[in-house]
Amino acid sequence: MSDIALSIQHLSKSFRIAHRRGGLSGYRTLHDELVTLPRRLINRLSGNGTSTSETFWALKDVSFDVNRGEALGIIGSNGAGKSTLLKILNRITEPTRGGVDVYGRVGALLEVGTGFHPELTGRENIFLNGAILGMTRAEIKRKFDEIVAFTEVEKFLDTPVKRYSSGMYVRLAFAVAAHLDPEILLIDEVLAVGDAEFQKKCLEKMENVSGKEGRTVIFVSHDMDAICHLCSRCVLLRQGEIVKTGPTTDVVGAYLGGEQVQASEIDFSPVDTGASFQFAGLSDSNDRSTTSFTTSEPILLKCSFAVQRQIEGLQLSFSVLNFKREQVFYSTLSMADPPISVEATGKHNIAAMIPRRLLLPGRYFIDLALHTPKTKLYDRRQQALSFQIVATVADGFDGFSGDELGQVYADVKWHRISTPKPG
Amino acid sequence: MIRNKIAGNVASLNAESPIIVAGAGPPVSSVVPQPSTAKPTLRIRPTKGWAALNLRELWSYRDLLWILVERNIKVIYKQTALGMIWIALQPLIAAIILAVVFGRVAKLPSDGVPYLLFVFCGLTAWRYFSETAQRSSNSLVNNAQLVSKVYFPRMLIPLSHTFSTLVDFGVMLIMLFVFMAIYGVPPTLRLAAIPGFLLLTAITATGVALWFSALSVKYRDCNYALPFFLQIWMYASAVVYPTSLIASERARALFALNPVVGFVEGFRWSVVGRSALNPTMFWITVGMSFLILCSGAFFFRRVERDFADII
Repeated sequence: MSDIALSIQHLSKSFRIAHRRGGLSGYRTLHDELVTLPRRLINRLSGNGTSTSETFWALKDVSFDVNRGEALGIIGSNGAGKSTLLKILNRITEPTRGGVDVYGRVGALLEVGTGFHPELTGRENIFLNGAILGMTRAEIKRKFDEIVAFTEVEKFLDTPVKRYSSGMYVRLAFAVAAHLDPEILLIDEVLAVGDAEFQKKCLEKMENVSGKEGRTVIFVSHDMDAICHLCSRCVLLRQGEIVKTGPTTDVVGAYLGGEQVQASEIDFSPVDTGASFQFAGLSDSNDRSTTSFTTSEPILLKCSFAVQRQIEGLQLSFSVLNFKREQVFYSTLSMADPPISVEATGKHNIAAMIPRRLLLPGRYFIDLALHTPKTKLYDRRQQALSFQIVATVADGFDGFSGDELGQVYADVKWHRISTPKPG
Repeated sequence: MIRNKIAGNVASLNAESPIIVAGAGPPVSSVVPQPSTAKPTLRIRPTKGWAALNLRELWSYRDLLWILVERNIKVIYKQTALGMIWIALQPLIAAIILAVVFGRVAKLPSDGVPYLLFVFCGLTAWRYFSETAQRSSNSLVNNAQLVSKVYFPRMLIPLSHTFSTLVDFGVMLIMLFVFMAIYGVPPTLRLAAIPGFLLLTAITATGVALWFSALSVKYRDCNYALPFFLQIWMYASAVVYPTSLIASERARALFALNPVVGFVEGFRWSVVGRSALNPTMFWITVGMSFLILCSGAFFFRRVERDFADII
């Protein structure tokens, strides 16, 4: 049996961007077209390149396969080509080069509420929307009750949807789309709407679709938590090209790390105060240089500094700040056990290990300082390094960012006190 | 809100741990697997030049067509005080104006039929044609959100208006019968030809609709030009005057190149039995109707693939 659901081969898509002198918009009027016709004809015949348009490649030679039953995430910054890719897969727009082989029925959830008509009632819109998404009337009828139950707007079924609150509108729309029965489901940023509880419900529904029902899901989102939660594998796009493909944590890490020009190592220019930082770097427990960690691995901070003359009581210290630049904790060399002295002249290499299960998923910064307590600051490097703690399914994170869970990871031990008694 | 989220989260963790299901583990497949030799169900490739009409696909989406038709009908006179009465009121007012201006003031001939009946007869056919063309020419742009977000044969959108305007036609036909009764025109077997002429009208209207809806995606000018175009077309189409006004046989055959003349005269012949319609004219009309439909359909298919990018 074949286990490929989608095979994307050398897919490219170009758009022509018009550079018009004095034009107000990209719309062409018949008048423009007629006026410029002779010039364009001459240009075409003489083959000279003074055309006023430029070709923009939204996708450049993209190839990958999607396995049956897999939940694949597509991530990348705005303009990376994610939505264009989905549009091609969904046949809304045609590729310029290359192609896609699709094995199975494709359904898409590109925007919640597409095809809703404000004047029609909720009931009528369920049928309209369902049909637009590719369901037959009989299919919709069969699933009607299920859809209505999911929306929780039973009372307003016979009210025109223009009188709905935006929340009700979204519920109705998602409910219809979620009950599509395609073998391959394309989802684009649908979770960006609705309240927290409804988002959760949607996420669960999508999990069921991909996990329990064994359908193939292709999910495009900026919400890394949702991606980590739902997808086992990811594709990272940048400017129309594939940058990285692989397990979600790796790709998400690469995306978050790479987008904000984040180096795992830094060389400092020296300062002339007697003690100066030279280098600092982050690595994982295998001594691999990285800026992306999971909650379950320790973080190794290494730094080198030069001491020009003997400084009594010199301390190395660092602070970890969260994404809001609030200090999470502080540590200094005097806490070392056994004690370490850096008073002597010469180059010192010191490592500090930030234990695992201390920081919640999120983005962090490190401040470094060389000082003698309460007397003198020799060298201070603020936000010298930054790193990312990534939430993973394996670590038990259910799609939240650390911001909502407090400040630290509490390594709580759970126990069952007694077995449940029947009845 | 956050509390809710966490509460829900904990509940789901305890309940059946959907996280694991969503993870990398092999899913329990309930979808029938495809044999390895299976051909792809769909090959997405760039198309070049003229595309096939793909009528089979159009047919497979017929449910959507009916729902779109239903939507058009339900929506059109929503939030108006008179509602569906407008369907009857519009042609009635138009007919009265034409009867006063051309019948009373200009005293145009009407083949010996009362002018109001004569003009209403022509209007029934004409309004079905022009309403279809007008409503569907904006239809793609009005449904831009749909076109740029979901895949379905785009032809369904203009096509749905061909069917939904039938409601207006039905109302006018009933009014026409009322006029016949008022003016004491006895119904004859010729009335049986009406569905045939209606079909001809629908074919031409759909063809024009396909041309204009496709063009208006790229050139919004069409929406502004079409009303004038239709107005000129009406006056060029024997709606307010009989074809018998044109004396020479050859000129009439030339006149029939305008397919609207054919079905307007056809309607009139069915109702009042007097018309200058002859077989030559009729067949020219049929030919022109199909030519417009086919050219419209192929043109539509050709530019359809760029709709989502330029709409």
